[in-house]
Amino acid sequence: MALRRRTRSRIYRLAMYAVFIGAVVLIALMTDWERIGKQFFNLEVAAQLFPDIIVVALRNTILFTLIAFVGGLLLGVLFALMKLSVIAPFRWFATVWIELFRGLPALLTIFAMAFILPIAFGVKPPGGPVGAGLIGLILVASAYMAEVIRAGIQAVPKGQSEAARSLGMSPMKTMFWVILPQGFRIIIPPLTNEFVLLLKDTSLLFIAGTFLWSKELTTFARDANTTYANATPLIMAAIMYLIVTIPLTRFTAWLERRMARER
Amino acid sequence: MSTDLIDIHAPVIEVQGLVKSFGDNEVLKGIDLTVTRGEVICVIGPSGSGKSTLLRSVNLLEEPTGGRILVEGIDITDPDTDIDRVRRRIGMVFQSFNLFPHLSVLENLTLAQRRVLKRSKTEADEIAREMLGRVGLSEKADAYPSHLSGGQQQRVAIARALCMNPDMMLFDEPTSALDPELVGEVLQVMRSLADEGMTMLVVTHEMGFAREVGSRLIFMDGGHIVEQGDPREVLANPQHPRTQDFLSRVL
Repeated sequence: MALRRRTRSRIYRLAMYAVFIGAVVLIALMTDWERIGKQFFNLEVAAQLFPDIIVVALRNTILFTLIAFVGGLLLGVLFALMKLSVIAPFRWFATVWIELFRGLPALLTIFAMAFILPIAFGVKPPGGPVGAGLIGLILVASAYMAEVIRAGIQAVPKGQSEAARSLGMSPMKTMFWVILPQGFRIIIPPLTNEFVLLLKDTSLLFIAGTFLWSKELTTFARDANTTYANATPLIMAAIMYLIVTIPLTRFTAWLERRMARER
Repeated sequence: MSTDLIDIHAPVIEVQGLVKSFGDNEVLKGIDLTVTRGEVICVIGPSGSGKSTLLRSVNLLEEPTGGRILVEGIDITDPDTDIDRVRRRIGMVFQSFNLFPHLSVLENLTLAQRRVLKRSKTEADEIAREMLGRVGLSEKADAYPSHLSGGQQQRVAIARALCMNPDMMLFDEPTSALDPELVGEVLQVMRSLADEGMTMLVVTHEMGFAREVGSRLIFMDGGHIVEQGDPREVLANPQHPRTQDFLSRVL
Protein backbone atom coordinates (compact mmCIF):
# COMPACT_ATOMS: atom_id res chain seq x y z
CA MET A 1 0.00 0.00 0.00
CA ALA A 2 2.74 2.44 1.07
CA LEU A 3 4.88 1.43 -1.88
CA ARG A 4 2.00 1.91 -4.29
CA ARG A 5 1.33 5.41 -2.98
CA ARG A 6 4.98 6.34 -3.36
CA THR A 7 5.05 4.98 -6.90
CA ARG A 8 1.96 6.95 -7.80
CA SER A 9 3.38 10.27 -6.50
CA ARG A 10 6.60 9.61 -8.43
CA ILE A 11 4.64 9.16 -11.64
CA TYR A 12 2.75 12.42 -11.01
CA ARG A 13 6.00 14.28 -10.50
CA LEU A 14 7.57 12.86 -13.66
CA ALA A 15 4.45 13.83 -15.61
CA MET A 16 4.67 17.43 -14.36
CA TYR A 17 8.35 17.68 -15.35
CA ALA A 18 7.51 16.32 -18.79
CA VAL A 19 4.69 18.83 -19.37
CA PHE A 20 6.90 21.73 -18.22
CA ILE A 21 9.86 20.74 -20.41
CA GLY A 22 7.52 20.10 -23.34
CA ALA A 23 6.03 23.58 -23.03
CA VAL A 24 9.47 25.23 -22.90
CA VAL A 25 10.71 23.30 -25.93
CA LEU A 26 7.54 24.11 -27.87
CA ILE A 27 7.84 27.85 -27.21
CA ALA A 28 11.58 27.76 -28.06
CA LEU A 29 10.85 26.04 -31.37
CA MET A 30 8.13 28.57 -32.26
CA THR A 31 10.39 31.53 -31.57
CA ASP A 32 12.25 33.31 -34.34
CA TRP A 33 15.60 33.64 -32.57
CA GLU A 34 17.28 35.53 -35.33
CA ARG A 35 14.71 38.32 -35.27
CA ILE A 36 14.78 38.53 -31.49
CA GLY A 37 18.53 38.83 -31.56
CA LYS A 38 18.36 41.66 -34.09
CA GLN A 39 15.45 43.50 -32.46
CA PHE A 40 16.22 43.15 -28.75
CA PHE A 41 19.89 42.27 -28.40
CA ASN A 42 21.42 44.30 -31.17
CA LEU A 43 24.98 45.09 -30.09
CA GLU A 44 25.42 47.89 -32.64
CA VAL A 45 22.38 49.71 -31.30
CA ALA A 46 23.44 49.01 -27.71
CA ALA A 47 26.86 50.54 -28.32
CA GLN A 48 25.22 53.76 -29.60
CA LEU A 49 23.43 54.23 -26.26
CA PHE A 50 26.67 54.82 -24.38
CA PRO A 51 27.66 56.95 -22.61
CA ASP A 52 24.29 58.76 -22.39
CA ILE A 53 22.44 55.80 -20.91
CA ILE A 54 24.81 56.02 -17.91
CA VAL A 55 25.72 59.69 -17.56
CA VAL A 56 22.23 61.04 -18.31
CA ALA A 57 19.56 58.36 -17.93
CA LEU A 58 20.85 56.21 -15.06
CA ARG A 59 22.25 59.25 -13.29
CA ASN A 60 18.87 61.03 -13.49
CA THR A 61 16.97 57.96 -12.35
CA ILE A 62 19.17 57.65 -9.26
CA LEU A 63 19.20 61.40 -8.62
CA PHE A 64 15.38 61.67 -8.86
CA THR A 65 14.98 58.61 -6.62
CA LEU A 66 17.27 60.13 -3.98
CA ILE A 67 15.43 63.47 -4.07
CA ALA A 68 12.02 61.78 -3.76
CA PHE A 69 13.29 59.45 -1.03
CA VAL A 70 14.86 62.15 1.15
CA GLY A 71 11.90 64.51 0.65
CA GLY A 72 9.42 61.72 1.33
CA LEU A 73 11.36 60.64 4.41
CA LEU A 74 11.40 64.11 5.97
CA LEU A 75 7.69 64.67 5.27
CA GLY A 76 7.00 61.07 6.30
CA VAL A 77 8.53 61.63 9.76
CA LEU A 78 6.43 64.77 10.11
CA PHE A 79 3.18 63.01 9.20
CA ALA A 80 4.00 59.94 11.30
CA LEU A 81 4.48 62.20 14.34
CA MET A 82 1.29 64.09 13.50
CA LYS A 83 -0.61 60.82 13.21
CA LEU A 84 0.60 59.85 16.72
CA SER A 85 0.04 63.33 18.15
CA VAL A 86 -2.21 63.97 21.15
CA ILE A 87 -3.61 66.96 19.22
CA ALA A 88 -6.65 65.67 17.32
CA PRO A 89 -6.57 68.06 14.30
CA PHE A 90 -2.96 66.98 13.62
CA ARG A 91 -4.10 63.36 13.55
CA TRP A 92 -6.99 64.19 11.22
CA PHE A 93 -4.79 66.13 8.85
CA ALA A 94 -2.19 63.35 8.72
CA THR A 95 -4.88 60.72 8.15
CA VAL A 96 -6.42 62.67 5.26
CA TRP A 97 -2.99 63.29 3.72
CA ILE A 98 -1.95 59.64 3.94
CA GLU A 99 -5.24 58.27 2.64
CA LEU A 100 -5.30 60.83 -0.19
CA PHE A 101 -1.86 60.16 -1.63
CA ARG A 102 -1.96 56.42 -1.07
CA GLY A 103 -5.36 56.24 -2.70
CA LEU A 104 -4.49 58.15 -5.87
CA PRO A 105 -2.43 56.76 -8.75
CA ALA A 106 1.10 58.18 -8.59
CA LEU A 107 0.80 59.08 -12.28
CA LEU A 108 -2.19 61.32 -11.59
CA THR A 109 -0.50 63.05 -8.63
CA ILE A 110 2.64 63.76 -10.65
CA PHE A 111 0.64 65.06 -13.61
CA ALA A 112 -1.57 67.20 -11.35
CA MET A 113 1.41 68.81 -9.62
CA ALA A 114 2.81 70.00 -12.94
CA PHE A 115 -0.38 72.05 -13.37
CA ILE A 116 -1.45 72.90 -9.82
CA LEU A 117 1.85 74.26 -8.55
CA PRO A 118 2.38 77.02 -11.14
CA ILE A 119 -1.30 78.02 -10.99
CA ALA A 120 -1.78 77.92 -7.21
CA PHE A 121 1.48 79.57 -6.18
CA GLY A 122 2.33 81.49 -9.34
CA VAL A 123 5.88 80.13 -9.31
CA LYS A 124 7.66 77.69 -11.53
CA PRO A 125 9.18 74.89 -9.46
CA PRO A 126 12.97 74.55 -9.78
CA GLY A 127 13.88 72.19 -12.59
CA GLY A 128 10.78 72.99 -14.63
CA PRO A 129 8.28 70.20 -15.26
CA VAL A 130 10.59 67.57 -13.75
CA GLY A 131 10.76 69.60 -10.54
CA ALA A 132 6.96 69.74 -10.35
CA GLY A 133 6.74 66.03 -11.07
CA LEU A 134 9.28 65.32 -8.36
CA ILE A 135 7.19 67.24 -5.85
CA GLY A 136 4.30 64.96 -6.77
CA LEU A 137 6.51 61.92 -6.27
CA ILE A 138 7.64 63.27 -2.88
CA LEU A 139 3.99 63.62 -1.80
CA VAL A 140 3.26 60.02 -2.79
CA ALA A 141 6.42 58.79 -1.05
CA SER A 142 5.63 60.76 2.14
CA ALA A 143 2.25 59.06 2.48
CA TYR A 144 3.68 55.54 2.23
CA MET A 145 6.69 56.32 4.39
CA ALA A 146 4.59 58.00 7.11
CA GLU A 147 2.80 54.68 7.65
CA VAL A 148 6.08 52.73 7.72
CA ILE A 149 7.65 55.20 10.16
CA ARG A 150 4.57 55.19 12.40
CA ALA A 151 4.76 51.38 12.58
CA GLY A 152 8.47 51.64 13.45
CA ILE A 153 7.84 54.13 16.25
CA GLN A 154 5.09 51.94 17.67
CA ALA A 155 7.32 48.85 17.51
CA VAL A 156 9.75 50.34 20.06
CA PRO A 157 8.85 48.86 23.47
CA LYS A 158 6.99 51.15 25.87
CA GLY A 159 9.69 50.63 28.51
CA GLN A 160 12.11 52.64 26.37
CA SER A 161 10.11 55.85 26.55
CA GLU A 162 9.32 55.20 30.22
CA ALA A 163 13.04 54.91 30.98
CA ALA A 164 13.83 58.10 29.05
CA ARG A 165 10.96 60.06 30.66
CA SER A 166 12.05 58.80 34.10
CA LEU A 167 15.45 60.39 33.49
CA GLY A 168 13.67 63.72 33.02
CA MET A 169 13.81 63.77 29.23
CA SER A 170 10.97 65.69 27.56
CA PRO A 171 8.64 63.94 25.08
CA MET A 172 10.51 65.62 22.18
CA LYS A 173 13.97 64.60 23.42
CA THR A 174 12.69 61.09 24.12
CA MET A 175 11.37 60.82 20.56
CA PHE A 176 14.54 62.20 18.97
CA TRP A 177 17.23 60.45 21.02
CA VAL A 178 15.59 57.18 22.08
CA ILE A 179 12.53 56.22 19.99
CA LEU A 180 13.38 57.35 16.44
CA PRO A 181 16.90 55.83 16.34
CA GLN A 182 15.46 52.46 17.36
CA GLY A 183 12.38 52.79 15.17
CA PHE A 184 14.49 53.50 12.10
CA ARG A 185 16.62 50.44 12.73
CA ILE A 186 13.45 48.34 12.69
CA ILE A 187 12.16 49.84 9.43
CA ILE A 188 15.35 49.69 7.33
CA PRO A 189 13.97 46.72 5.31
CA PRO A 190 10.60 48.35 4.43
CA LEU A 191 12.38 51.65 3.74
CA THR A 192 14.77 49.93 1.33
CA ASN A 193 11.71 48.42 -0.31
CA GLU A 194 10.22 51.91 -0.60
CA PHE A 195 13.44 53.08 -2.25
CA VAL A 196 13.12 50.35 -4.89
CA LEU A 197 9.48 51.27 -5.51
CA LEU A 198 10.44 54.93 -5.91
CA LEU A 199 13.26 54.03 -8.28
CA LYS A 200 10.72 52.34 -10.54
CA ASP A 201 8.17 55.15 -10.10
CA THR A 202 10.63 57.74 -11.45
CA SER A 203 9.60 56.26 -14.84
CA LEU A 204 6.26 58.08 -14.33
CA LEU A 205 7.94 61.51 -14.25
CA PHE A 206 7.75 61.80 -18.05
CA ILE A 207 4.06 62.70 -17.71
CA ALA A 208 5.03 66.10 -16.27
CA GLY A 209 7.15 66.76 -19.35
CA THR A 210 10.86 66.27 -19.99
CA PHE A 211 13.85 68.06 -21.41
CA LEU A 212 16.81 66.35 -23.05
CA TRP A 213 18.89 66.66 -19.91
CA SER A 214 16.14 65.40 -17.60
CA LYS A 215 15.39 62.06 -19.25
CA GLU A 216 15.42 59.14 -16.86
CA LEU A 217 15.98 55.54 -17.94
CA THR A 218 12.50 54.68 -19.20
CA THR A 219 11.98 57.90 -21.18
CA PHE A 220 15.49 57.62 -22.57
CA ALA A 221 14.83 54.04 -23.67
CA ARG A 222 11.47 54.86 -25.23
CA ASP A 223 12.95 57.71 -27.24
CA ALA A 224 15.93 55.63 -28.35
CA ASN A 225 13.51 52.85 -29.27
CA THR A 226 11.84 55.25 -31.69
CA THR A 227 15.10 56.70 -32.99
CA TYR A 228 16.66 53.36 -33.90
CA ALA A 229 13.38 51.55 -34.66
CA ASN A 230 14.81 48.82 -32.47
CA ALA A 231 13.83 47.47 -29.02
CA THR A 232 17.38 46.95 -27.72
CA PRO A 233 17.29 50.22 -25.68
CA LEU A 234 14.38 48.78 -23.65
CA ILE A 235 16.43 45.72 -22.78
CA MET A 236 19.42 47.90 -21.89
CA ALA A 237 17.26 50.09 -19.62
CA ALA A 238 15.86 46.96 -17.98
CA ILE A 239 19.40 45.76 -17.28
CA MET A 240 20.27 49.16 -15.77
CA TYR A 241 17.26 49.00 -13.43
CA LEU A 242 18.08 45.48 -12.34
CA ILE A 243 21.73 46.34 -11.65
CA VAL A 244 20.46 48.74 -9.00
CA THR A 245 17.33 47.00 -7.69
CA ILE A 246 18.52 43.40 -7.33
CA PRO A 247 21.43 44.21 -4.95
CA LEU A 248 19.01 46.38 -2.92
CA THR A 249 16.35 43.67 -2.56
CA ARG A 250 19.07 41.09 -1.78
CA PHE A 251 20.39 43.49 0.87
CA THR A 252 16.90 43.78 2.38
CA ALA A 253 16.51 40.01 2.48
CA TRP A 254 19.91 39.67 4.16
CA LEU A 255 18.99 42.35 6.74
CA GLU A 256 15.70 40.65 7.52
CA ARG A 257 17.42 37.28 8.01
CA ARG A 258 19.99 38.88 10.31
CA MET A 259 17.32 40.69 12.35
CA ALA A 260 15.30 37.47 12.66
CA ARG A 261 18.40 35.71 14.01
CA GLU A 262 19.08 38.49 16.52
CA ARG A 263 15.57 38.23 17.90
CA MET B 1 16.16 74.76 43.99
CA SER B 2 19.42 74.66 45.93
CA THR B 3 20.09 71.65 48.06
CA ASP B 4 20.84 73.50 51.31
CA LEU B 5 17.32 74.94 51.38
CA ILE B 6 15.71 71.49 51.60
CA ASP B 7 14.58 70.66 55.13
CA ILE B 8 16.23 67.30 55.71
CA HIS B 9 13.37 66.22 57.97
CA ALA B 10 10.67 67.07 55.43
CA PRO B 11 9.00 64.09 53.78
CA VAL B 12 10.63 63.16 50.49
CA ILE B 13 7.41 61.61 49.22
CA GLU B 14 3.91 62.22 50.51
CA VAL B 15 1.08 60.19 49.01
CA GLN B 16 -2.39 61.36 50.04
CA GLY B 17 -5.53 59.37 49.27
CA LEU B 18 -4.13 58.03 46.01
CA VAL B 19 -6.72 56.34 43.80
CA LYS B 20 -5.92 54.78 40.42
CA SER B 21 -8.33 53.06 38.07
CA PHE B 22 -7.74 51.41 34.72
CA GLY B 23 -11.21 51.65 33.19
CA ASP B 24 -13.57 49.96 35.63
CA ASN B 25 -10.73 48.27 37.45
CA GLU B 26 -9.75 50.19 40.60
CA VAL B 27 -6.15 49.20 41.33
CA LEU B 28 -5.35 51.65 44.14
CA LYS B 29 -8.16 52.39 46.58
CA GLY B 30 -6.89 55.29 48.65
CA ILE B 31 -3.21 55.01 49.57
CA ASP B 32 -1.59 57.22 52.22
CA LEU B 33 2.17 56.99 52.54
CA THR B 34 4.89 59.29 53.84
CA VAL B 35 8.54 58.59 53.06
CA THR B 36 11.17 60.52 55.01
CA ARG B 37 14.76 61.10 53.94
CA GLY B 38 17.01 58.07 54.18
CA GLU B 39 14.19 55.55 54.59
CA VAL B 40 14.40 52.26 52.71
CA ILE B 41 10.83 51.11 52.22
CA CYS B 42 10.14 47.67 50.80
CA VAL B 43 6.70 47.02 49.35
CA ILE B 44 5.52 43.43 49.15
CA GLY B 45 2.24 41.81 48.24
CA PRO B 46 0.58 39.39 45.83
CA SER B 47 0.52 40.20 42.11
CA GLY B 48 -2.30 42.58 41.26
CA SER B 49 -2.15 44.17 44.70
CA GLY B 50 -1.24 47.54 43.16
CA LYS B 51 2.34 47.78 44.46
CA SER B 52 3.92 48.48 41.06
CA THR B 53 1.17 50.97 40.21
CA LEU B 54 1.87 52.81 43.47
CA LEU B 55 5.57 53.00 42.65
CA ARG B 56 4.97 54.13 39.08
CA SER B 57 2.57 56.81 40.31
CA VAL B 58 5.32 58.43 42.36
CA ASN B 59 7.06 59.64 39.18
CA LEU B 60 3.80 59.95 37.26
CA LEU B 61 4.37 57.05 34.85
CA GLU B 62 0.80 56.35 35.93
CA GLU B 63 -1.52 59.33 36.10
CA PRO B 64 -3.51 59.17 39.39
CA THR B 65 -7.30 59.07 39.16
CA GLY B 66 -7.63 60.78 42.53
CA GLY B 67 -5.59 62.02 45.47
CA ARG B 68 -2.29 63.92 45.63
CA ILE B 69 1.37 63.04 45.45
CA LEU B 70 3.97 65.49 46.77
CA VAL B 71 7.64 65.02 45.97
CA GLU B 72 9.85 67.19 48.18
CA GLY B 73 6.80 69.38 48.74
CA ILE B 74 5.95 69.76 45.03
CA ASP B 75 2.49 68.52 44.02
CA ILE B 76 3.23 66.42 40.93
CA THR B 77 -0.47 65.80 40.29
CA ASP B 78 -0.91 69.54 39.63
CA PRO B 79 -1.05 69.93 35.82
CA ASP B 80 1.11 73.08 36.08
CA THR B 81 4.02 71.19 37.62
CA ASP B 82 6.98 70.67 35.31
CA ILE B 83 7.12 66.89 35.71
CA ASP B 84 10.42 66.60 33.81
CA ARG B 85 12.13 68.71 36.48
CA VAL B 86 10.76 66.55 39.28
CA ARG B 87 11.66 63.30 37.52
CA ARG B 88 15.34 64.29 37.40
CA ARG B 89 15.40 64.00 41.18
CA ILE B 90 13.80 60.54 41.16
CA GLY B 91 15.83 57.58 39.92
CA MET B 92 13.78 54.73 38.49
CA VAL B 93 14.88 51.12 38.01
CA PHE B 94 12.63 48.76 36.05
CA GLN B 95 12.08 45.03 36.17
CA SER B 96 13.05 44.75 32.49
CA PHE B 97 16.11 47.08 32.82
CA ASN B 98 15.04 49.20 29.83
CA LEU B 99 18.57 50.13 28.80
CA PHE B 100 18.75 51.86 25.42
CA PRO B 101 19.89 49.04 23.10
CA HIS B 102 21.20 51.36 20.36
CA LEU B 103 23.66 53.06 22.73
CA SER B 104 26.80 51.79 24.44
CA VAL B 105 26.84 51.52 28.22
CA LEU B 106 28.68 54.83 28.51
CA GLU B 107 26.23 56.55 26.13
CA ASN B 108 23.31 55.11 28.13
CA LEU B 109 24.78 56.85 31.18
CA THR B 110 25.56 60.17 29.52
CA LEU B 111 22.49 60.74 27.31
CA ALA B 112 20.24 62.36 29.92
CA GLN B 113 23.17 64.07 31.64
CA ARG B 114 23.99 65.86 28.42
CA ARG B 115 20.51 66.44 26.98
CA VAL B 116 18.70 67.22 30.25
CA LEU B 117 21.30 68.52 32.70
CA LYS B 118 23.35 70.09 29.85
CA ARG B 119 26.60 68.73 31.21
CA SER B 120 29.62 68.81 28.92
CA LYS B 121 30.73 65.54 27.34
CA THR B 122 33.86 65.49 29.48
CA GLU B 123 31.94 66.04 32.70
CA ALA B 124 29.22 63.55 31.80
CA ASP B 125 31.79 60.90 30.85
CA GLU B 126 33.65 61.42 34.11
CA ILE B 127 30.48 61.05 36.21
CA ALA B 128 29.38 58.05 34.16
CA ARG B 129 32.69 56.26 34.72
CA GLU B 130 32.53 57.03 38.43
CA MET B 131 29.02 55.53 38.68
CA LEU B 132 30.05 52.50 36.61
CA GLY B 133 32.84 52.00 39.14
CA ARG B 134 30.31 52.10 41.97
CA VAL B 135 28.33 49.25 40.44
CA GLY B 136 31.54 47.37 39.60
CA LEU B 137 31.32 47.56 35.81
CA SER B 138 34.10 49.99 34.87
CA GLU B 139 35.41 47.63 32.19
CA LYS B 140 32.01 47.51 30.40
CA ALA B 141 31.83 51.21 29.41
CA ASP B 142 32.11 50.50 25.68
CA ALA B 143 29.97 47.33 25.62
CA TYR B 144 26.42 47.31 24.26
CA PRO B 145 23.55 46.24 26.55
CA SER B 146 22.79 43.09 24.53
CA HIS B 147 26.27 41.77 25.36
CA LEU B 148 25.73 42.02 29.11
CA SER B 149 24.11 39.54 31.48
CA GLY B 150 20.81 40.49 33.09
CA GLY B 151 22.53 41.27 36.38
CA GLN B 152 25.06 43.51 34.64
CA GLN B 153 22.30 45.26 32.68
CA GLN B 154 20.41 46.00 35.86
CA ARG B 155 23.54 47.38 37.54
CA VAL B 156 24.09 49.63 34.50
CA ALA B 157 20.45 50.76 34.83
CA ILE B 158 21.09 51.69 38.47
CA ALA B 159 24.26 53.57 37.50
CA ARG B 160 22.31 55.40 34.77
CA ALA B 161 19.80 56.60 37.35
CA LEU B 162 22.56 57.61 39.77
CA CYS B 163 24.23 59.81 37.14
CA MET B 164 21.36 62.28 37.55
CA ASN B 165 22.21 62.70 41.27
CA PRO B 166 18.69 61.70 42.38
CA ASP B 167 17.38 62.41 45.87
CA MET B 168 15.48 59.13 45.89
CA MET B 169 15.36 55.88 43.98
CA LEU B 170 12.37 53.79 42.95
CA PHE B 171 12.92 50.08 42.26
CA ASP B 172 10.15 48.16 40.47
CA GLU B 173 10.87 44.46 41.10
CA PRO B 174 14.53 44.97 40.10
CA THR B 175 15.51 41.30 40.44
CA SER B 176 12.35 39.55 39.22
CA ALA B 177 13.59 39.13 35.64
CA LEU B 178 16.99 37.78 36.68
CA ASP B 179 18.33 34.25 36.82
CA PRO B 180 18.69 33.25 40.50
CA GLU B 181 22.50 33.35 40.46
CA LEU B 182 22.47 36.98 39.26
CA VAL B 183 20.12 38.34 41.93
CA GLY B 184 22.85 38.71 44.53
CA GLU B 185 25.05 41.19 42.59
CA VAL B 186 22.10 43.56 42.08
CA LEU B 187 20.97 43.35 45.71
CA GLN B 188 24.57 44.03 46.74
CA VAL B 189 24.57 47.32 44.81
CA MET B 190 21.19 48.28 46.28
CA ARG B 191 22.43 47.48 49.78
CA SER B 192 25.45 49.75 49.37
CA LEU B 193 23.14 52.53 48.15
CA ALA B 194 21.00 52.11 51.24
CA ASP B 195 24.10 52.16 53.43
CA GLU B 196 25.04 55.53 51.91
CA GLY B 197 21.68 56.93 53.01
CA MET B 198 19.76 56.93 49.73
CA THR B 199 16.00 57.19 50.12
CA MET B 200 14.59 54.10 48.47
CA LEU B 201 11.16 52.72 47.62
CA VAL B 202 11.52 49.09 46.56
CA VAL B 203 8.81 46.79 45.21
CA THR B 204 10.30 43.34 45.71
CA HIS B 205 9.84 39.65 46.37
CA GLU B 206 13.22 39.40 48.10
CA MET B 207 12.20 38.93 51.73
CA GLY B 208 15.84 38.57 52.83
CA PHE B 209 16.67 41.99 51.39
CA ALA B 210 13.56 43.50 52.99
CA ARG B 211 14.50 42.07 56.38
CA GLU B 212 18.17 43.04 56.34
CA VAL B 213 18.19 46.34 54.44
CA GLY B 214 14.67 47.73 54.74
CA SER B 215 13.80 50.28 57.40
CA ARG B 216 10.10 49.74 56.86
CA LEU B 217 8.02 47.00 55.24
CA ILE B 218 4.67 47.63 53.59
CA PHE B 219 2.29 44.81 52.74
CA MET B 220 -0.27 45.64 50.05
CA ASP B 221 -3.29 43.66 48.98
CA GLY B 222 -6.33 44.56 46.87
CA GLY B 223 -5.28 48.18 46.38
CA HIS B 224 -4.81 48.90 50.10
CA ILE B 225 -1.85 49.10 52.45
CA VAL B 226 -2.87 46.28 54.76
CA GLU B 227 0.01 46.33 57.20
CA GLN B 228 3.30 48.13 57.71
CA GLY B 229 6.08 48.34 60.22
CA ASP B 230 9.58 47.22 61.07
CA PRO B 231 10.48 44.52 58.52
CA ARG B 232 11.74 42.03 61.09
CA GLU B 233 8.57 42.33 63.16
CA VAL B 234 6.16 42.18 60.23
CA LEU B 235 7.94 39.18 58.71
CA ALA B 236 8.29 37.30 62.00
CA ASN B 237 4.97 38.26 63.53
CA PRO B 238 2.41 39.47 60.96
CA GLN B 239 -0.76 40.86 62.55
CA HIS B 240 -3.25 40.87 59.70
CA PRO B 241 -4.66 37.54 58.46
CA ARG B 242 -3.98 38.44 54.82
CA THR B 243 -0.35 39.22 55.61
CA GLN B 244 -0.08 35.93 57.48
CA ASP B 245 -1.61 34.08 54.56
CA PHE B 246 0.70 35.77 51.99
CA LEU B 247 3.86 35.23 54.04
CA SER B 248 2.99 31.60 54.75
CA ARG B 249 2.92 31.04 51.00
CA VAL B 250 6.14 32.85 50.04
CA LEU B 251 8.46 32.15 52.99
